[in-house]
Amino acid sequence: MSETDQEQNSTDDQAAVEAVDPSSPSPMYQSFLRRVRSRRKLILLTQFILVGLFFALWEIAPRYHWVNPVLTSYPSAIWATFLELLADTDNNIMTHTWVTVQETIVGFTLSMILGVGTAILLWWWDFLYRVVDPFMVVANALPKIALVPIFYIWLGDVASIYAMAVAIAVFITILMVYSGFRETDPNKVKLVRTLGANKHQILRKVVLPSNVPVMVAALKINVGLALVGVIVGEFQAAKAGLGHLIIYGSQVFQMTLVMTSISMLAIISTIMYLAIMYLENTVMRHHS
Amino acid sequence: MATQTPKVELRDIDLRYFTLEGETEALREFSLSVSPGEFVAIVGQSGCGKSTLLSLVAGILEPTDGDVLVNGAPVEGPSPLCGYMLQQDHLFEWRSILDNVVLGAEIQGLNRGDAIERAKTLLRGYGLGEFMDHFPHQLSGGMRQRAALARTLCTDPEILLLDEPFSALDFQTRLALSDEVSEILRREGKTVILVTHDISEAVSMADKVIVMTKRPGRVKAVHDIVFKETENGRPRPFEARSLEEFRNYFDQIWSELDIHVGN
Repeated sequence: MSETDQEQNSTDDQAAVEAVDPSSPSPMYQSFLRRVRSRRKLILLTQFILVGLFFALWEIAPRYHWVNPVLTSYPSAIWATFLELLADTDNNIMTHTWVTVQETIVGFTLSMILGVGTAILLWWWDFLYRVVDPFMVVANALPKIALVPIFYIWLGDVASIYAMAVAIAVFITILMVYSGFRETDPNKVKLVRTLGANKHQILRKVVLPSNVPVMVAALKINVGLALVGVIVGEFQAAKAGLGHLIIYGSQVFQMTLVMTSISMLAIISTIMYLAIMYLENTVMRHHS
Repeated sequence: MATQTPKVELRDIDLRYFTLEGETEALREFSLSVSPGEFVAIVGQSGCGKSTLLSLVAGILEPTDGDVLVNGAPVEGPSPLCGYMLQQDHLFEWRSILDNVVLGAEIQGLNRGDAIERAKTLLRGYGLGEFMDHFPHQLSGGMRQRAALARTLCTDPEILLLDEPFSALDFQTRLALSDEVSEILRREGKTVILVTHDISEAVSMADKVIVMTKRPGRVKAVHDIVFKETENGRPRPFEARSLEEFRNYFDQIWSELDIHVGN
């Protein structure tokens, strides 16, 4: 808000100065554009400086023993470890990363399919919704992380990780998508009913397409939650993956290994977030 | 014989809504008969059950008691004979204008190629030929409502149910569009039931105006609207608004509606 206000003010000031000039108003507009652009550049520059300062401080503080390097590690050590792990054949960082990424993709795909499927079922059959509603509330409120040991015992080391990802992500997906379905514009539904649509057509022609934005929003939350589920699952169960690497690193007190894994995690979650943003922009073009 | 059978007939309709809080009587002993090609307007205050009437004719609502007949046959669910136009255009924002217009044909399982041809003809006729591949958000309110009219007419219904179709538009667009729409519907010989709270709109467009009481809705008065014929036949709605008869009808219906302001 305040940002646009300031931009507005800057154009007003500019107008006052240049109003004397009887020629076309384009110089004012150009200077407006210049101000907007230079402001954008300044923001970007400040962000880079902040990142630079963060890494510099992280590097310098342990080296001068302002903090204990065993506890915090430092960027150059992380980079060295990263290169080491990249060359390592049986403990390769890319293999671990891929395991985590692949588990996350399977996790959120499963919980999207299960979540949207269940939401459709509940929308179709109101009686079922009324019956299961209180159970869903309990299931959603329960901290799913508490289930990790049970899943491990029941499902073993591979399936328990997927189960964890799904357990964390699926209930919120059901609740979000179902409430989106319920809030479908009743007039749009009325319209297709007057055109003779049956329930199946109402679902296909109105409810599903009008809820694409809701489903994209659910997917966005899903990806984040599935990643949480996978990491927590790997803490307990896995022989591979970034979660396994983090737990292993902390058990042998190699903070550099832990920090490397966390950095990798930051990178892949950013990439996934950007991918979803891109998807959102593509899909939402006509849903404004 | 065809002229003897009313196009739409409602006989002694009672309608009640039930909720846990209680029951609401929306319509009581409501009867109405509309001849083929007739343009009937129903006016009444908000909440008098006007829109409910259209839902009954459209077959998306069943009366508690009484009969709804279309072409002499009882209504059993939505039928392609009726086209419904709502207050807002409700164009689907994820479909192009052309895809919106063929929606009805798609749902009724009609031949898609024919529907597209018909949709294109209609859109061109309404000055939307260049906007077929546009999306609804790129069109103005008046253009959107014309696209909605094309969507309604694309399945070629015999009866049009208009539920305050102009109320969401600004005043100028509203006048222009009511002219345009009434001309199109008369030219195509459609039977029209228009529901509105706008007395001017009802008097200027319709052959017959039915005034409804407050809830439970009943028929309070029926007016046959007759204007002096011009050389082009019935005056257009816009012209009708400035005629002597218009004011008389308006004043009479206004007094019947029993609207109290600041009471």
